[in-house]
Amino acid sequence: MSGESAGGLVLRDVAIDLDGEHLVRLDAAVNPGEVLTVMGPSGVGKSTLLAFVGGFLGRDFRARGRILLNGRDVTALPPERRGIGLLFQDALLLPHLSVAGNLLIGLTPSVKGRVARRQAVEAALAEVGLEGFSDRDPATLSGGQAARVALMRTLLARPEALVLDEPFSRLDVALRGQVRALVFEEARKYGLPVLLVTHDPEDARAAGGPIVELVPAG
Amino acid sequence: MASTHRREVELRDDRLGRHAGTLLRLFPMAALALLIVPVAAGLLGIALPAFGYLPALGGNTVSLEPFRMLLAMPGLFRSAFLSFSTGLLATALAFGVATLFVAAWRGTRLFRGLERLVSPLLSVPHAAAAFGLAFLIAPSGFLFRLGSLFLGFERPPDILIVQDRLGLAMVLGLVVKEIPFLFLMALAALPQARAAEMERMTAALGYGRIVGFIYAVLPALYRQLRLPVLAVLAFSTSVVDVALILGPTTPAPLAVRVIDWQHDADLSRHFVAAAGAVLQVGVTGAALLVWLAAERVMAFLCRALVYSGWRARRDAWVRRLASLAMTLSAATVLAGLCLLAFWSVAGWWRFPHVLPRGMTLATWMRLMQNFGMAFRDTLLLAGVSSLAATALALGVLEHAARFGSTGPGRALHALYVPLIAPQVAFLFGLQILFSFAGLDGTFAAVVLVHLVFVFPYVLLSLSDPWSAWDPRYALAVRALGHGRNAIFWRVRLPMLTRPVLVAAALGFAVSVALYLPTLLVGGGRWPTVTTEAVALASGGDPRLVGATALVQAALPFLGFLIAAMVPALFFRHRRAMLASA
Repeated sequence: MSGESAGGLVLRDVAIDLDGEHLVRLDAAVNPGEVLTVMGPSGVGKSTLLAFVGGFLGRDFRARGRILLNGRDVTALPPERRGIGLLFQDALLLPHLSVAGNLLIGLTPSVKGRVARRQAVEAALAEVGLEGFSDRDPATLSGGQAARVALMRTLLARPEALVLDEPFSRLDVALRGQVRALVFEEARKYGLPVLLVTHDPEDARAAGGPIVELVPAG
Repeated sequence: MASTHRREVELRDDRLGRHAGTLLRLFPMAALALLIVPVAAGLLGIALPAFGYLPALGGNTVSLEPFRMLLAMPGLFRSAFLSFSTGLLATALAFGVATLFVAAWRGTRLFRGLERLVSPLLSVPHAAAAFGLAFLIAPSGFLFRLGSLFLGFERPPDILIVQDRLGLAMVLGLVVKEIPFLFLMALAALPQARAAEMERMTAALGYGRIVGFIYAVLPALYRQLRLPVLAVLAFSTSVVDVALILGPTTPAPLAVRVIDWQHDADLSRHFVAAAGAVLQVGVTGAALLVWLAAERVMAFLCRALVYSGWRARRDAWVRRLASLAMTLSAATVLAGLCLLAFWSVAGWWRFPHVLPRGMTLATWMRLMQNFGMAFRDTLLLAGVSSLAATALALGVLEHAARFGSTGPGRALHALYVPLIAPQVAFLFGLQILFSFAGLDGTFAAVVLVHLVFVFPYVLLSLSDPWSAWDPRYALAVRALGHGRNAIFWRVRLPMLTRPVLVAAALGFAVSVALYLPTLLVGGGRWPTVTTEAVALASGGDPRLVGATALVQAALPFLGFLIAAMVPALFFRHRRAMLASA
């Protein structure tokens, strides 16, 4: 496959079993800036696949295959060393920190100095239309605002790929389209390969990339 | 026909229900009174004699004389400082090990293993654990006997390990007992802190496990751990039984000296004891203030670290250290229990011998002849107080379920009043008040004081399973025409048999292990296995200590065993009732 040399996220011959039963079979490559959508009914192993890519797979599972990220084999690495950013269903903002604090926890340590870090955070807020939100309590944000903060927290860590776990399912229908467009736009801007897991066909259509349908395997 | 019948039932039940409602209202009031009145009265009871007012002993005028006499006591400052420093050190170590272990190993096999060990470890009384530790680490103890195999020394080394001047053995004894308590409290608080999700989130941002936990989970976790931690701190700064067994003697920690003065034949020493108890309140209060200040500093430092984005990925050594400390602490308690058992049947067991030469039941025979009374009183006190505490807790919870609030809510904070007030201070005051009223040494007085300590644990243990019960069962049964009382007695209580019995067993365990309340308010008339065991601390008969302390450790265990077996027997044909076992 050419994905390896060109960079991006490659899932090569991934096979995950639970109790001797085949759960997930996948062989795919996601180019930088591209979105691969994985769909399927619940219980088909979508979240298992996500856990495998993110590095959180439980010990009960048996997984084979390799995960290559920009030519780097990350299969055996713990989650904190993979460079794969995750967005969850919930924003999971930390309630004891301000909005700026929640972004600072994301911002890569390679940006050094108090002033530079503050500026990076302010710029990130401006990028998603949240100027002046630095000192806000995350509990006072709307669902859409919290989702945007969570997105920027993930991007500020400078990941090399994004994995999205039904990140729009908790948003109102009206907001969903906006946030979805923003996430894909940002991913394209930073040239990130995106793995999107969803059961919403609208998500898949908006992503505009290849779609893989997981089917219950026997 | 059927409908008139049902209406009649409803009417009758409603009348009964309202009547029961007024009765039920008494439970939360009684509980609140139980938690607050003895502590408040006890503190008042020492404040008066501390300022010279105790007419029974001829103190009719208010003066500072007791404090002047207290300050003249040799080594007073050292005693006070010992209580302060050992308490803070023990609490910090126990809290550090318990939280680091949770941070480093949550969700692993090792974690689940220690999760299963925590309840048995928690049920070991402080005194038994302390005796076991002494048998393990003393110069003539098991570790040095093992060491002599390799290093070849024939006599115990001439160093002071147990009862060392800095109180380090005592700190160790407190740490190994408080770790399981804080670990259990952390386990209960983890789901609410959304630990699993937060861990994934920080890991995906590139954070090492420990730092990720400290940033994202600990703030929410600590909010729930705070009162238990403060209770540990207050207990550790004023502990008496562990201090008598493992603590320094020249001078002893403050709480021990207060008890000594109080038992002094020279009655004027009573005033000194009262002043000392007031000082103890000050020492414990100072330790609490230092801890609260340290909380602020730590929160500030953590925030600075969060803002810097430091990932701290190389934390493998911290994780290993945390698992080592946790397993060593558990192993210490378990090894100590084994040594108690060995000593209780040991024949001739001279120093370098690792195992006793010969076994004998002589010690147990002796125990049965002399301690029958203490054994009976222990069972009686623990049985009555745990039953009363369970009934009270059920009443409080049922009241909360019927009248508005879903749980006891903020009133739960009151549970910590007797756990945070220094025992030696308010119990001594209570004893003075009881003796005024001529009630000291009565069974009722001792049970009442046991209840003060037993009830909080019973309620804490019961409130989670109680509120986890699916209220739709109640709706379904009400729709069939049954009243609230019927629901309580015939549905909720039977369905919650297991947690109710576990709570009662916990109360039993707490009561068995109580030393100071039995000693002070019982006035020596209610010797229990615990008071007898601690009294042996200075005697130096290791066989008798081993046997007595083993009985002390076995009794709580027995309670939990019964709590596990009764539902298994009753519900042996009801699979759903056993599923959660």
